[in-house]
Amino acid sequence: MTITFRRGLIAAAFLGTAPAALMAQDFTPENPECIAPANPGGGWDFTCRQVGKTLQDLGLIPSTMQVVNLAGGGGGVAFAEVVNKRKDDNGLIVAASSATATRLAQNAYPGNTMDQVRWLGSVGADYGVIAVSADSEVQDLPQLMEMIKNDPTSVSIGGGSAVGGWDHLKVLIAAQEAGIEDVRGVKYIAFDGGGEAVTQLLGGSLQAFTGDLSESTGFIESGDIRVLAVLAPERLAGEFSEIPTAKEQGIDAVGANWRGFYGPGEMSDAAYDYWSGAIDQLYSSEEWQAIMEANGLAPLDLQGEEFQAFVQESVSEITELSKEIGIIQ
Amino acid sequence: MELLASLGDGFAVALTWQNLGLALMGCFLGTIMGALPGLGPSNGVAILIPLAFTLGLGATPSLILLTSVYYGAMYGGRISSILLNIPGDEPAMMTCLDGYPMARNGRAGEALALSGIASFVGAFFATWGLVLLAPQLVKVALLFGPAEYFALFALAFMTLGGVSSTNQAKSAFAAALGLGLAMVGVDTQTGVPRFTFGEVHLYDGIDFLVAIVGLFALSEVFIFLEHRGTDKDASTAPKLNIGRITPSWKVLKSCTPTMIRTTILGFIAGVLPGAGASLGSFISYSMEKKLVDRDNTFGTGDPRGVAAPEAGNNAAAGGALVPMLALGVPGSGTTAVLLAVLLSLNITPGPLLFTQNPDVVWGLIAALFIGNFMLLAMNIPMVGLFVRVLMVPPRILMPIVAMVSFVGIYGISGSSFDLMVMVAFGVAGWLLRKLDVPLVPVILGTLLGNAMEVNMRRAVTIADGDYSVLFGSWLTLALWAVAIIGFVLPIFVGGVVKARMRGAAQREAAITD
Repeated sequence: MTITFRRGLIAAAFLGTAPAALMAQDFTPENPECIAPANPGGGWDFTCRQVGKTLQDLGLIPSTMQVVNLAGGGGGVAFAEVVNKRKDDNGLIVAASSATATRLAQNAYPGNTMDQVRWLGSVGADYGVIAVSADSEVQDLPQLMEMIKNDPTSVSIGGGSAVGGWDHLKVLIAAQEAGIEDVRGVKYIAFDGGGEAVTQLLGGSLQAFTGDLSESTGFIESGDIRVLAVLAPERLAGEFSEIPTAKEQGIDAVGANWRGFYGPGEMSDAAYDYWSGAIDQLYSSEEWQAIMEANGLAPLDLQGEEFQAFVQESVSEITELSKEIGIIQ
Repeated sequence: MELLASLGDGFAVALTWQNLGLALMGCFLGTIMGALPGLGPSNGVAILIPLAFTLGLGATPSLILLTSVYYGAMYGGRISSILLNIPGDEPAMMTCLDGYPMARNGRAGEALALSGIASFVGAFFATWGLVLLAPQLVKVALLFGPAEYFALFALAFMTLGGVSSTNQAKSAFAAALGLGLAMVGVDTQTGVPRFTFGEVHLYDGIDFLVAIVGLFALSEVFIFLEHRGTDKDASTAPKLNIGRITPSWKVLKSCTPTMIRTTILGFIAGVLPGAGASLGSFISYSMEKKLVDRDNTFGTGDPRGVAAPEAGNNAAAGGALVPMLALGVPGSGTTAVLLAVLLSLNITPGPLLFTQNPDVVWGLIAALFIGNFMLLAMNIPMVGLFVRVLMVPPRILMPIVAMVSFVGIYGISGSSFDLMVMVAFGVAGWLLRKLDVPLVPVILGTLLGNAMEVNMRRAVTIADGDYSVLFGSWLTLALWAVAIIGFVLPIFVGGVVKARMRGAAQREAAITD
């Protein structure tokens, strides 16, 4: 299968540069609220808190964003809550990411589908990386893939998501592109978060690590790990420009963990325009660009209908991939 | 010397009126949050993040506020454990075992003061450990792969039998129940939901806090309801005798070796990212019981049984900051929250943090020292105030406990499903109490069961299904040896040794007579 996911992403990135609708002023939320569908400390929590803080600093929302942690079911509890109980709440947004799309694609939110909510916009993307520890013999991605091809049991790859989750899928996308026929043989070990997996990589239990760039920056800067490839369409800007892409090594794999928001399904059009407009203004602000740079977030500027279409496409692509590798029937 | 200079700079950062005020506020709020059932350190910290943002605090002041809350909550957890037999959070569970019996023996004040001192000792020396050993300790954390973690948790599991001194079979039953509960949720190694009955709320497994509040707090309320009207039962009558509010030198002296040992043990448990404070307090208690409990006084109100878990869990709290700062890997729920705060303040934790942001790190460490002294100074005089809780008649106290439990759990998860789970655990706890089954092993079984399972599966998967990996390194062998010599052999030869010791003691007594 050709990975059309990548194509969608590039197309989306181009579309995103078009000027978005001006902010509609006929709606202002009284008590803006952001649901982080996980416990404090995770990526979704970060998205809510950081965006909430910046929106307030920029004066785009009238009062402090209240962040509510509604953990459970990998985001499923929050999704069900929004669909069932808060479907017409105009002041509510929910943090989402590729993990949300992955679970929707794999029917891991029982009885829920992506069209039950309204997708508001993205605030950036976190490209995937495949890394080894600094003292590893492996020098580039093709070498690692060759090792897996010769003997899949010789390489243990750790990541922070469960089997079938986004960190797992990324490495499978790369394996598939590298010509490994039975990607189910790739040995993936699930850990509680990327940090724990990197620790095990440094401790020598694992041979490779798959995760997002942002969770590995501390270790890249210290030189403890060597990133074999970033799964981006082209080299990143700034301090990470040294890292080669998978594509330039002949493995045409792209995996971006986007971060964004959805709102309740029966949110009014005025509220939808307000929130997607606010996210658009946030995205183009200098403050947010600085935060993106500090956290290793790459550009992904999609709001409103474009974002809705983008999520639609990524869900259908992940569904296809998951079927192919046997995660779902 | 360089270290001391850096630490001096840290104090220069921390010792401003604003930072001192924030530390005081954090310590006070943390103590209260820790004491309330349902609100633990991680929620306490999470609740205050918006406050730190709204006040527009910089990186160092925010961290000072939030770590003060963290340390404060670790102190506060013991209060409700001792006074009400209701642990304020997971690590405080072990303090119930001897703290509550002490309170019932009329030594509540002493238990509170002693545990305050033990908390101080644990936290104080752990902070020194953080200063002096952080870079070296990171290497220890790297020694622990999945197989080593499995051996460590299996070791902890084997000590479960020793936790409650009553009926061993009932203790084993409780642990097995906990193990079973640990299986609920999505299995991360295959992505398959187990025992969830299609209920998305159960996908992440059962939240320990919900289980603890249900088992301990609500079941206490149910027992009170049962005896309503015929209020003669000892467990519901108010205990007016609060005893002295400072421990005697004799008690302190007898607890000193205990505190030293458990501080070290707890600190190491904290440093291991996969272990954390609950394991620290638990291992501290069971090891100490094994080492010094010659007369079987643990579990009946032995002061050492109060000092051990408190020194252990506070030392673990300090230890957990090592992997968080030096590796960017959270060792517990609370450090995960602190890590997120660091990230949102545009500070990247990791191996370079100490060199890139020395003011943040050393300011934080200085704040920990300051907060620690504040907590000691705040907690000892307040013992007299805390013990007055015991004078509140149960007909007023119990409804408050029920209310706080419901509000606390709903406040964290915002889901009514968790409230139902909590009530179910309350009923289960009431039943288990009726049957004299100890409650602590249920929680420990769940806690350890999860960790044992995932680490065993990781280790065996990495080794392609070869189970010998579980005994494959010197560290695993050492852990297994401790487990078997310390905890399995005594079951078989323990009777013989005990009989012999008793004989020896009698002879000694005869001689001194």
